[in-house]
Amino acid sequence: MDSATIELLVDALPKIFIAGVTVTLPLALVSFAIALVIATVVALIQYARVPVLRQIARFYIWVVRGTPLFVQLYIVFFGLPDLGITLDPLPTAILVLSINTGAYSAETMRGALESVPAGQAEAGYCVGMSYLQVMRRIVLPQALRTAFPPLSNELISLVKDTSLASGIMVTEMFRATQEIVSREWVTMPLYLEVALVYLLFSTVLTWLQRVGERKLAAQGMERG
Amino acid sequence: MSEMLRLTGVRKSFDGTEVLHGIDLAVNKGEVVAVLGPSGSGKTTLLRCANFLERADAGTLSLGGETYDLARATHREVAAVRRRAGFVFQSYNLFRNRTVLGNVTEGLVVARKVPKTEAEARAHEMLEHVGMDDRCDAYPAALSGGQQQRVAIARAMATDPEIIYFDEPTSALDPELTGEVLAVMRRLAEEGMTMLVVTHEMSFARNVADRVVFMEAGRVVADAPARDFFERPANDRVRAFLRTVDASAT
Repeated sequence: MDSATIELLVDALPKIFIAGVTVTLPLALVSFAIALVIATVVALIQYARVPVLRQIARFYIWVVRGTPLFVQLYIVFFGLPDLGITLDPLPTAILVLSINTGAYSAETMRGALESVPAGQAEAGYCVGMSYLQVMRRIVLPQALRTAFPPLSNELISLVKDTSLASGIMVTEMFRATQEIVSREWVTMPLYLEVALVYLLFSTVLTWLQRVGERKLAAQGMERG
Repeated sequence: MSEMLRLTGVRKSFDGTEVLHGIDLAVNKGEVVAVLGPSGSGKTTLLRCANFLERADAGTLSLGGETYDLARATHREVAAVRRRAGFVFQSYNLFRNRTVLGNVTEGLVVARKVPKTEAEARAHEMLEHVGMDDRCDAYPAALSGGQQQRVAIARAMATDPEIIYFDEPTSALDPELTGEVLAVMRRLAEEGMTMLVVTHEMSFARNVADRVVFMEAGRVVADAPARDFFERPANDRVRAFLRTVDASAT
């Protein structure tokens, strides 16, 4: 690598990194927070076998998991204006990413809810707790702990998937890189550089996941 | 002796197969009644119906003077029954996300709105009673089966129930751990707690229970004072059952 390329990479790094910290990470974290709310509600609807809503929940999961995220972004950003609904790039990305991740996480949450032994809820009823108290204090906390590792995976996937938002004009980390590429006519080194920054983000999240799992285990929740 | 519990005409089917064919059973205040019988005779189902963990198809429950329809009780009535009874499970079912102390205070603080400090004092007292107060900060996963079951008994006692149901409380335990649980139950019985105990422990039925109810294939086949049950079996089915448990006891 010649010194001009190295200089370019050194110049580009803060720009890429700032786009990552100010756009990619907030986009991922906000979308994930909304996705968790969606997932919990959708999973509880199925767990409690609420009629009608349950069918709607299955339909939502079926459609969202069965179509590509990239296509979903295009439908909302480029398709909805045909119906008179125009959204800015960033709100569109948050909306689509949270709906998409929500569908996957809903299945994770449903599995985790069903893995809590029936005896836990029964014991709650027998000490006089109501259905809502049992769910909120006994079943959901245990399910969240079971769901913690797979949900962490989904967050890591989401951080990488935010790069698709570059396709609808969100200047996140990947689009910021592309802009430098088109200005400087240097491709491979810059794309490798942004890949390494994604890897750095994923690595930090994986490390946080491990810390979190160790904390949960210390609270007696290792399974068995 | 006044009557604490009366179950009348309890019927229950699973998938079209009737497992309880109209059970009648009564427990007096302060009495310890052991329910014996072969596996699959419906003992556990009966206990679960009495606390609405299963919905009976028919039958009534009288508890401390109030009568409830087992098939049609409202949410409010179900809650009322459960507040007046304690339940000890075969598999303990301690809340895995609560410490030993938290397991005992949960029903007091959350369901009965007892102030936290008062609930904790009560919980320590109950845990002391079952010899588990020194482990009050441990999580259930760190305890042996026998210790978990003693905590479960403390949890059931904490809410000051009028009766405690025990569903095979020692069946999931290694033989060397059943003793500590049975000792706690014996002490509870001596203190006058009303207890309905589904069990396979013949020694408990013989030495601690006041009365034995023997069930087979969803019916009550014998109902006798404990001494009579073992020494003057009421019928051939009881005699056959006692022979098989004698043969398996070494």
